[in-house]
Amino acid sequence: MHLVLFLIFALFALAGAVNLLLQKHPINSALSLIVVMASLAVLYLLLGAEFLAMAQIIVYAGAIMVLFTFVVMLLNEGREEKTWGSKTAKTIGLPAVVVLLAVLAATILRAGRHYGMISLSDGVTTIQELSKVLFRDLLLPFELTSVLILIAILGAVALARKDNGEA
Amino acid sequence: MNTAVPAEWYLILSAALFTLGVVGFLIKRSLISIFMSIELMLNAVNLSFVTFAHEWHAVKGQIFVFFVMMVAAAEAAVGLAILISIFRARGTLTVDQIDLMKL
Repeated sequence: MHLVLFLIFALFALAGAVNLLLQKHPINSALSLIVVMASLAVLYLLLGAEFLAMAQIIVYAGAIMVLFTFVVMLLNEGREEKTWGSKTAKTIGLPAVVVLLAVLAATILRAGRHYGMISLSDGVTTIQELSKVLFRDLLLPFELTSVLILIAILGAVALARKDNGEA
Repeated sequence: MNTAVPAEWYLILSAALFTLGVVGFLIKRSLISIFMSIELMLNAVNLSFVTFAHEWHAVKGQIFVFFVMMVAAAEAAVGLAILISIFRARGTLTVDQIDLMKL
């Protein structure tokens, strides 16, 4: 069961990511990114991270992607003229990316022999365990993120305002 | 039926998604699509964090993903605001035409 679910949603994630690259219009890329994020949420559930799966749906697929689609519709950018990038990106970048993937895969496969198997019966990390660590050991970083988000809100308002010159 | 999946499959998937994000960062010409490729890379790294958290039964790996999500939300808000102000100043989001730091 785990294998079937993993294969289905890994395929969905990869297909969404490839579609993100192939689409010319940003709104289609945004919609395929939502597919990637939703399938990653299912993979988090398979790994027993139920809180993160829900947070992935709410924060990423919900809030961040709504922001993206909102900006795409607001600016009405339209199609990209030339998707395949500049010559430098093609001649140097793409071989470098292939090398990057090869190095990553080789490292993972070499180290991966020591890793265990993941099955559905492994149990889930409950919100209780998660919040014990978050609100006891890591309380200060957690509070700092709220300050960070406050600053981000102020920055976003200041940057996106109509008259961003004088104030 | 209790079929198990090796942990490295998840890591390979994470590496593949990260690489696709890098490819998107390189070949995309629209600033919004480049930004979405960055989000894809963040998500790929999150997947490997969750996999290692499961592998070593460490809750702190999941907490780290939680923090990455918070920072990504802040980054998306500020980044999209920058996109809007660039679009106001230049009238385009094609990276080939945005090659000056000064307005």
